[in-house]
Amino acid sequence: MSDRIFGTLTIVVALAYIASASQIKLPFLVDPLGPRWFPYIIGAVAVLAGLAMVLRPDDEPEWPALMAFGNIGLACLVLIAYALTLRPLGFLMPTALAAGLLSYQIEQRKLQAILTGVGLSGGLFIIFKFALGLGLYGVPKGWLN
Amino acid sequence: METMTLLGQGFSVALTPTNLMLAVAGCILGTIIGALPGLGPSNGVAILIPLAFSLGLDATAALVLMTSVYYGAMYGGRISSILLNIPGDEPALMTTLDGYPMAKAGRAADALVISGVASFVGALLATFGLILMAPILASIAYKFGPAEYFALYLLAFSTLGGLTGNNQAKAVLAACIGLAIATIGGNSSGTPRLSFDSLYLYDGVNFLVAIVGLFAVTEVFVFIESSGKNTAIGVKIDKITIPVRDIIRTFGTMLRGTVIGFIAGILPGAGASLGSFLAYSGEKAYAKDKSQFGKGDVRGVAAPEAGNNAAAGGALVPMLTLGVPGSGTTAVLLALLMTLNITPGPTLFSDRPEVVWGLIAALLISNVVLLILNVPMVKIFVKILMVPPWVLLPGVTMVSFVGIYSISSSWFDLLLMIGFGTLGFFLRKLDIPTVPIILGILLGGHMEDALQRAMVISGGEWQYLFSSKIAIGLWIAAVVGFVAPMFLRKFLKQPDAVPD
Repeated sequence: MSDRIFGTLTIVVALAYIASASQIKLPFLVDPLGPRWFPYIIGAVAVLAGLAMVLRPDDEPEWPALMAFGNIGLACLVLIAYALTLRPLGFLMPTALAAGLLSYQIEQRKLQAILTGVGLSGGLFIIFKFALGLGLYGVPKGWLN
Repeated sequence: METMTLLGQGFSVALTPTNLMLAVAGCILGTIIGALPGLGPSNGVAILIPLAFSLGLDATAALVLMTSVYYGAMYGGRISSILLNIPGDEPALMTTLDGYPMAKAGRAADALVISGVASFVGALLATFGLILMAPILASIAYKFGPAEYFALYLLAFSTLGGLTGNNQAKAVLAACIGLAIATIGGNSSGTPRLSFDSLYLYDGVNFLVAIVGLFAVTEVFVFIESSGKNTAIGVKIDKITIPVRDIIRTFGTMLRGTVIGFIAGILPGAGASLGSFLAYSGEKAYAKDKSQFGKGDVRGVAAPEAGNNAAAGGALVPMLTLGVPGSGTTAVLLALLMTLNITPGPTLFSDRPEVVWGLIAALLISNVVLLILNVPMVKIFVKILMVPPWVLLPGVTMVSFVGIYSISSSWFDLLLMIGFGTLGFFLRKLDIPTVPIILGILLGGHMEDALQRAMVISGGEWQYLFSSKIAIGLWIAAVVGFVAPMFLRKFLKQPDAVPD
């Protein structure tokens, strides 16, 4: 069933892709291929591949249990929050938090997770900033003035 | 003897203090990356590329570092195969079959030494193979025009699903996803397209973002899903001694494994996993007394290790001469070359000899360094295996994020990377390979370019794509490479290995 759903989704996306390719504005001078044809070909092949998945699906994959799915979703949210705070809050705090939370997700021990977060954040900052010379800010830029 | 002169120049590049230091650092990092389960050569190299780039290393230095990591990871993979019964990376899967039984029987040290020597023999001879084969292939590739290149790219995609995938339609779909991503942002003549009016997509998708997302971030999700399941019992090792008799006895095995692995490596889409698989099964078929295979036969550790390291060298041949990688890790190395503005292909050998020969010399040096690290000093890496996953995984994640952030300073790229990671998780569940996606993103532009030039030359005649013998040969190879695995798979029932 999963293959059939994904195959159908593929066909829909591929058709949408072909439709948006047909909207590409052609430049004044067009070579024989133009900017549209290559996307057309890819889209068409993708539709065929999607059809093959719908018609001849593989065995059902082993999906994670609801609990594990929740954990993965949570990890995803942690990473998104990390991506968004890395610049405004500087390296140290978001890294400590994100690393600590991920560590806690893998093994539920509070002290261990806190130490991992703090240790990784400090250790990696020293390596990145001083050994590798990357232009990172440890704390929010405003604090430095 | 032109080759010797060029190689000599290569050594003068590779032996500068900086490059030598980078080679040693790369070997150490690579062995660690290979040894740690869940962190394979393609992940490891992918995570490190943005960092190497933001360090501002010149092209040769960056290549020396990364190929040392690549070779090192190939050596390191066997350590956890033998001690934990978990392959450190995909190609080391076959080494668990006899390596772990040897370790349980109290011969862990012997298994590590024999497989280390086998890795050395495989990698060293494959590097010589690279020296011999690459210029020959490059001279053929000189004759390639756009029609031949288009067919070659098609060949790369059609064979990538290969013997190791399970469903050709899924490999095709993956390639289409990659190619479609490559079309975002504009074609080679600069016509803007498919950026959905987003400023962030105007320049297209940075392939490093996709690679690190699909490899490293996906791995985080997979690990969180399976956390707690992988409980392996480690085996202690005693004093490292050199089992001279076993090494002499398995020398023939190593040579056979090397030849098989090297050929498997050169073939597009095969890579090191297939190399070690074929080397192991070849050796088992060749052996008169098969009774000990799977129970701790020394030939069972020597053959796959020689095979996978030889394949790693072999896979560099098409990557350097044609610009078409034969495996996941070489696809990532191709990304590195493109980041450094080096276009692999036949002209690389004439235009940038210092890069090619410096790289080859560095590989030879790395091999010696790796032999020292992996035989007498292997105990250090055994200790590193004890790093618990609750430190390792957050650490790897943070390094990936900082790497991508340091090249783009953009939160959009970080979110895109997480998006790729999520996509990668679902694709992995559905058994859709991710390597063709990477290859599609990397080669899409070149492929369209070749097609466009072919159309310009021929004035829009599609028959032009089949106008030369080489092109027709490549088309036939592409069709055979796509169709044959469907039939061969039934005969070659192999363990659930995927391209490395």
